Amino acid sequence: MTIHGGIGQSLQRKEDARFIRGKGNYVDDIQLAGMLYLDFTRSPYAHAKITAIRSEKALKVPGVLAVITGKDLDAAKLAWMPTLMSDTQMVLPIDTVKFQGQEVAGVVAENRYAAADGAAAVEIDYEPLPVVTDPVKALQPDSPLVRPEKPKKSNHIWHWEVGDKAGTDALLAKSDVVVHQDFYIPRINVSSIETCGCVASFDPMGRLTMYMTTQAPHAIRTVFALVSGLPEQSIRVISPDIGGGFGGKVPVYPGYVVAIVAALKTGHPVKWVETRTNNLMSSSFARDYHISADIGVTKDGKLTGLKVKTIADHGYADAAANPSKFPAGLFHIITGSYPFEKAFVEVDGVYTNKPPGGIAYRCSFRVTEAAYSIERLVDEVAHKIGMDPAELRLKNFIPPEAFPYHSALGWTYDSGNYGGALKLAMQMVDYPALRREQAEKRKKGEFMGIGISSFTEIVGAGPAHTFDILGLKMFESCEIRIHPTGKVMARFGTKNQGQGHETTYAQILATELGIPAENISIEEGDTDTAPYGLGTYASRSTPTAGAAAVVAARKIRDKAQKIAAHLLEVSPEDLEWKDYKFQVKGVPEKSKTMADVAFAAYTNPAPGVEAGLEAVDYYDPPNMTYPFGSYICVVDIDKGTGAIHIRRFVAVDDCGTVINPMIVEGQIHGGLTMGLAPAMYEQITYDEGGNIRGSSFLDYLVPTSVETPHWETGRTVTPSPHHPIGAKGVGESATVGAPAAIVNAIVDALSPLGVTNIDIPVYPWKVWQILHDKGQT
Amino acid sequence: MTEVIPPEFEYHAPGSVDEAIGLLQNSGEAKVLAGGQSLLPLMKLRLAAPKTLVDITRIPKLSYVNETTDCLCLGATTKINDLNDSALIRNRYPLLADAAQHIADPLVRNMGTVGGNVCHGDPGNDLPACMLAYGASYVVRGPKGNRTIPAQGFYQDTFVTSLDPSEILVEVQVPKAQPGDGGAYLKMERKVSDFAIAAVAVQLRTDSRGTVNQAGIALTNVGPTVLLASQAAGQLTTKKPTNADILAAGKLAAEAAQPNSDLRGPAEFKRGVVQTLTQRAVKLALWRAGGMS
Repeated sequence: MTIHGGIGQSLQRKEDARFIRGKGNYVDDIQLAGMLYLDFTRSPYAHAKITAIRSEKALKVPGVLAVITGKDLDAAKLAWMPTLMSDTQMVLPIDTVKFQGQEVAGVVAENRYAAADGAAAVEIDYEPLPVVTDPVKALQPDSPLVRPEKPKKSNHIWHWEVGDKAGTDALLAKSDVVVHQDFYIPRINVSSIETCGCVASFDPMGRLTMYMTTQAPHAIRTVFALVSGLPEQSIRVISPDIGGGFGGKVPVYPGYVVAIVAALKTGHPVKWVETRTNNLMSSSFARDYHISADIGVTKDGKLTGLKVKTIADHGYADAAANPSKFPAGLFHIITGSYPFEKAFVEVDGVYTNKPPGGIAYRCSFRVTEAAYSIERLVDEVAHKIGMDPAELRLKNFIPPEAFPYHSALGWTYDSGNYGGALKLAMQMVDYPALRREQAEKRKKGEFMGIGISSFTEIVGAGPAHTFDILGLKMFESCEIRIHPTGKVMARFGTKNQGQGHETTYAQILATELGIPAENISIEEGDTDTAPYGLGTYASRSTPTAGAAAVVAARKIRDKAQKIAAHLLEVSPEDLEWKDYKFQVKGVPEKSKTMADVAFAAYTNPAPGVEAGLEAVDYYDPPNMTYPFGSYICVVDIDKGTGAIHIRRFVAVDDCGTVINPMIVEGQIHGGLTMGLAPAMYEQITYDEGGNIRGSSFLDYLVPTSVETPHWETGRTVTPSPHHPIGAKGVGESATVGAPAAIVNAIVDALSPLGVTNIDIPVYPWKVWQILHDKGQT
Repeated sequence: MTEVIPPEFEYHAPGSVDEAIGLLQNSGEAKVLAGGQSLLPLMKLRLAAPKTLVDITRIPKLSYVNETTDCLCLGATTKINDLNDSALIRNRYPLLADAAQHIADPLVRNMGTVGGNVCHGDPGNDLPACMLAYGASYVVRGPKGNRTIPAQGFYQDTFVTSLDPSEILVEVQVPKAQPGDGGAYLKMERKVSDFAIAAVAVQLRTDSRGTVNQAGIALTNVGPTVLLASQAAGQLTTKKPTNADILAAGKLAAEAAQPNSDLRGPAEFKRGVVQTLTQRAVKLALWRAGGMS
């Protein structure tokens, strides 16, 4: 017995009906009567004192109505705002700019052309100040201070550590082999197809409606209330269709705040939409971790201890969006799939003259940095002790019977079968044949490499005892209303940005309520209608909101059972929920469907039972979920050009129970492509003067379908024991797992030349340089 | 700091070349718009701010691919994708066919024109190297009438050509393909739609015994302008090139390159790419020369 559109079916995505027709409703589609446009004059300097801002010429540009500066905001105490990490960042500067591309003056005009011309006409005088862009240099005592207004008088923001330092040192000291490696994981930008933007609009009663590109509308409403002093019920945040978030639409950016101020000042709705260059210069950067690691191993290949020291470059403000207790996110998942006896991790946050941030680019708070490091390290250990990297992994994996597993750094892994996933991937790719082929090629002087990544993620933030953002506990919510005709409207505190929530949530409810998915509508993103939630990021929607949906549906079933009993003239205990309906035990022909019950709930209520059929649940997950997978990448290298050809890429993922296999497949494909991106293409760099290099898609290299290899996917299913349907979340696995597989393959190809590491992105010129230096070109 | 909205400009869409020339003469700071795939991004970045654009793409009879008794004639406003769609180009002008397939991406190729690509003067444009390797000529018209400029010598510096501001290129003339001709264009780019890290155009004319009588080798995006690698070409002529000749030609082409280190890689790497691509392009061109009847 199945229900149409239930769990496990590759239901076509409900939302695609509008997207593929070009009928999506994004922020930039919103048009309000009398709406004005906001643009910004931005700083050409990475660090400079502002000595004068002259608006006269800008105000003479036809159509320009207002110029807003930091001094204007300061009068309303809005020149600075808090970040989600309890740091502060500027909305607009009063006297100093801290990075190139920083917003300096907002120009409001009747149309976006006039706003752009006005922004070009604002005259600003600067006195350049010394610049620091390298966080290592920023920690030296003679470095220019990025935040001299802070009492600490240092570019050091915070130190965070976890684990047993002395124990780890002792264990490493007695390990047969210790491999040391430094990794730099460069600054990248999520570069979602839709940039950030908003429309701020006040009604005549002073109530603000804020249409904005946000992954967390409810939390943002609370932040706006706290910052602006507006009563929270006078703020409505609407997150319409979102064209990709990937963590970049969690923070509050200055443009949002200035748009609100501009709407107040002009009495008109104000739209602000970033350009691509604005986005690449000032929004949503991720990574920028300088990692230094030591890993110990016995001579027969047993991993012992892991020690990691990291410098986190946050730009001029720590504007990450991590849970409050974890300034380095969940980086301490870095012990990965292996049972290290001891481990120690320390991270230092540092200010530099670069855009603020440190957001989690399609990963659950620094999990990519962790998975990349451990999976690179394990491969290096294998090369060092002369063991096959697959064999080393299989020898060391946390075994399936060890779950729930308590890691050396304090996590409790829910479930896993790491060997199962790796063995399936090896079988799909025919690993032994590839190693034989590689041996043959090496004899002929050809460079072919095989790379493995057997990552473990931590997602689904998170349990209230440990996880909050600005004090808001990281629960998630679902509210279900079943209408008299048996049709369902369900609302969630999360926010879809492409994940397919309108489909997968409906599938969960179809199975739980016995109502076909096409009769279930899902709504998110309007704080006036949806229940409070913390939003969608960190692969948390299915582990948290998906669970809330199940629990809320089961609350409805409890009530429905009483109504069904009333209709069938039996007592509720005589009924069982079977084949998606309430049946009298032993008398299956006497039954009532949920639609029957819904009609009765409004037309024929049971005595002592409230009318209506609705429920809401705020779900506090008991633990995180731990998706995992094993990826194998095969590369061939062109000796003449250094070009890297990915011949095969096999990805076996395990995200527990799969709700919609097609959507999961799509998530994996997209995630793999976003894992390829930092491995071989994307990075943001700055010169010594703090000038950004590559602030458009000409030089910020987002891979297209042409660069993307053919992905071969496989699956194992190890349900989460604590999630009501065993689902773990899948949106980020591939982004987290893919980079190490690719780089391991490239390093493996070049290992006969003594290569142990190449920092990402691995461009052909880096490979060519190595081949050239070794006389191979 | 804006990259979406250009400053205000006047737009004209004349109906004839002479009308277009008149507009260029009478408007200050005018630029010819011939597809706009390079010019408009510069304007949006506010790196170029012409007061007037003279759009020549609506002038009738400027878009064509014709073979006459002595040349392949390409009208100035012929779209790049018209080259890709032409069986004549595919069958008889493989160097052009290779290049046209690898210019930017389909969107750009649908709008960008042959004339715009050869006149823009960006060393990253792909067609100029083809034209140098072919020994092509450009027919330009100005207030005083037509003149013909050889492609060799046309490119003076980055964005500087020997075209006068009031002149318009009307036709590109490529020497007519003969039996025994072979060409190839090999391009390495960071990703699709990027300018080349380096690209090499090779055009050879061989006789029935396989002796190379004429060779043209030109390099894209490894100098202030497109570059002719004459010594590399000289290594191949008046003989049936051996593997050693081909290797030597690659080295000579690398020496002719004048690359800068930039985000596309260090100069030394780009020279290495020129060397490898030259060797491969020569081999491919020789193979094609033998294969053409």
